[in-house]
Amino acid sequence: MSATGTPALEPARPGRAGSGLTATLAHARHVVSGNPVTAFAFGLLLILLACAVAGPALAPYDPLASDTMAALQPPSAAHPFGTDQLGRDILSRVIVAARLDLAIAVFSVALVFAVGGLAGVAAGFYGGWTDRIVGRIADTIMAFPLFVLAMGVVAALGNTVTNIVLATAIINFPLYARLARAEAAVRRNAGFVLAARLTGNTDARILLTGILPNILPIMMVQMSLTMGYAILNAAGLSFIGLGVRPPTPEWGIMVAEGASFIVSGEWWIALFPGLALMLAVFCFNLIGDGLRDIVDPQRRT
Amino acid sequence: MTAAPLLDIRDLTVTFATRRGTVQAVRHVDLTVAKGETVGIVGESGSGKSVTSYAVMRILDRAGRVANGAVTFSGIDLRAVRERQMRDLRGREISMIFQNPRAALNPIRKIGHQIEDVLRQHAQAGSGDARAKAVEALEQVRIARAAERYHAYPFELSGGMCQRVVIALALACRPQLLIADEPTTGLDVTTQKAVMDLVVDLTRERGMSTILITHDLGLAAAYCDRVVVMEKGTVVESAASEAIFRAPAHPYTRKLMRATPRPGIGLRDLLPEGTPAAPVGAAPAGDPLLTVSGLTKAYPTRGVGGLLGRLFGRRDGTEAAPVRAVDGLSFTIRRGESVGLVGESGCGKSTTSTMVMRLLDLSAGTIAFRGEEIGRVPAALFARHPLRPKIQMVFQDPTDSLNPRWTAARAIADPLHRFGLVRGGEAVRARCEELARRVGLPVDLLDRFPHQLSGGQKARVGIARAIASEPDLLILDEPTAALDVSVQAVVLNLLADLKRDLGMSYLFVSHDLNVVRLLCDRVIVMRAGRIVEEGETEAVLRHPASDYTRELIASIPHPPL
Repeated sequence: MSATGTPALEPARPGRAGSGLTATLAHARHVVSGNPVTAFAFGLLLILLACAVAGPALAPYDPLASDTMAALQPPSAAHPFGTDQLGRDILSRVIVAARLDLAIAVFSVALVFAVGGLAGVAAGFYGGWTDRIVGRIADTIMAFPLFVLAMGVVAALGNTVTNIVLATAIINFPLYARLARAEAAVRRNAGFVLAARLTGNTDARILLTGILPNILPIMMVQMSLTMGYAILNAAGLSFIGLGVRPPTPEWGIMVAEGASFIVSGEWWIALFPGLALMLAVFCFNLIGDGLRDIVDPQRRT
Repeated sequence: MTAAPLLDIRDLTVTFATRRGTVQAVRHVDLTVAKGETVGIVGESGSGKSVTSYAVMRILDRAGRVANGAVTFSGIDLRAVRERQMRDLRGREISMIFQNPRAALNPIRKIGHQIEDVLRQHAQAGSGDARAKAVEALEQVRIARAAERYHAYPFELSGGMCQRVVIALALACRPQLLIADEPTTGLDVTTQKAVMDLVVDLTRERGMSTILITHDLGLAAAYCDRVVVMEKGTVVESAASEAIFRAPAHPYTRKLMRATPRPGIGLRDLLPEGTPAAPVGAAPAGDPLLTVSGLTKAYPTRGVGGLLGRLFGRRDGTEAAPVRAVDGLSFTIRRGESVGLVGESGCGKSTTSTMVMRLLDLSAGTIAFRGEEIGRVPAALFARHPLRPKIQMVFQDPTDSLNPRWTAARAIADPLHRFGLVRGGEAVRARCEELARRVGLPVDLLDRFPHQLSGGQKARVGIARAIASEPDLLILDEPTAALDVSVQAVVLNLLADLKRDLGMSYLFVSHDLNVVRLLCDRVIVMRAGRIVEEGETEAVLRHPASDYTRELIASIPHPPL
């Protein structure tokens, strides 16, 4: 032993020694159990995911099969959500549409997280020209009314699901870039970043192993919050006729189709897909709040 | 002390609701403060000294609750009064000053207006005389040119000045009791002396009582009539200042006193009684390891408003001179030697160490390390330089210097991987364990994350990481400033042992002369970017040649021994 005569420090702290993941899971359980609203949101998310994964199997009817005999029927035991002008079962269409809407949201959020997050982290970490370029791109995007920009992108690039994903990602870029930039800038001069420099890490390596993992939790919250926004955006584009086309079941299109029937009293055609849309957005926003509680270390006692 | 005490705390117990049940932060504390008395509450972090005062002021966190006990302030039961009355008492009868003065002031409001706000809130002044009274309050805390400073914003004032404004705010309504929670932590030692002298003078003048909460036994003893020592939520000892130093009764007080660096002792004297007295023997200093000459860092000063200034004014050719943070510094560190770099905040000591560390480019000068000129290598490229492993650093804040998402083992292994010193998973792990044992970190803690380690353990991880690449020069940037004194004692001894065993040289950056005295062979005193004095530590501290060094030494609070 070299450290002769140096007594041991205070005894090791008792408590959770295991990996960070198990600690986080335990913490998540605590937050969810202490907050019924978050628990409700997670329950809603499970239902949405079930619809998205097993939609066609869950749906009682073929969402595309029209039956003119049974057109425009109000909600009944056979058709809980009623039928539309072509006699298609609205419940089935609402369930099956979950997959497409969620997929658009997930892919666009993943894309903007990768591009916007990385650009923002680089801007915050390097500063200088990187910061200026990323900042100006974000400013330019924000100078447009975002929905109009999304319309423009889809109109210019063509009416496909891929382009909806792209448009949604583009309009969310400033949100991610700015958040990541701010968080990275705070950590740029943290002691552990200097320490990493001293141990021979290159800047790129510090960015990827030092900065990025530490802002991931905050980005997760942002992702959940923008998921709802992305769903709304995709549905909005479909509503005005851009993006997904009929007869594909999609919440935005269904609301658009039902809108013309509201005046004549067939309210159920627009109401149920609209309700699904609302619940999905509501669910992601609530989960965002819950996630914030889970990942924010200051709330841990 | 025949009259009833001003503040009487009886059997106070404060609990905090946490996930794993309730925790008692303060247990059965009895404390009295007589009129005109200055009481110091001393303890290390987690001793419950701040919580006690928060309970008195009723400003505990939501999770905290006074579970038991009575708090009486000049006959009023503070636990029973309504929140409205309590609001009235706070500030007018009892006021408080906190550690960070800048955070206690509204950054976008003139300091004069902030004092007026307090005066009006408690109906001490009307709209007519508020301004005059605010200026008077500033004069009383000895702020020069008070009428001018009335218009200053907090960011325009130094830390010491801000603390004076906070004191002016706290005393504006002539309260009977002042609670000062670590009022000088983070301030320079000369500023600390000025602020503490001011607090003591003002409160004596007005017959006020003061509670001084501090971790610094020397500070408490120098300024308080009575000292209360707390450990883990209980009061372990309470006695007059002189008595507690002459004959500390409780073992914890003795341990705390021993651990406090003071003149005339060695490093081993800091440790608890009965620790084997291994020789701290000074290894003979060898050849020069690091030679710094003419080291300068200048920052250009911008003209009036950047672009606007360039467009409109300043055609008269008077370019503002660049600010020299470090101005022509030259010194040498020999092998096996430890050199202390001392000075107050803003003197350029951190800039110097960052440049020597090669994290910052120099404006002028040379840095020769092991005979090789490294000052010319740009800081951005030095990460890949072959001499990088040989200059390492231990940071001031052990928490901040560890990546929160890396385990201790990964932090220590990082230099091994990056410098390619050890290859293969098992070999790396073995080396990590060897390093952990060397710095006295239990090996089973290696898989923990920083938030699962205590401050002292984190400091050990930082040291293990720094010595992993077997450096020749270790730069220690106030490595114990964020630690409790008893932990500081252990870490300082560890550093001395490592230096002897591994033959390293130290550049020890600190503001604490007492700590420098213990660890360093030579000391360099810096002020405003230049060297004021340099020499053997004992010689400089015993017979300082410059006025500035004398002032620094005189400002250290001395326990009445």
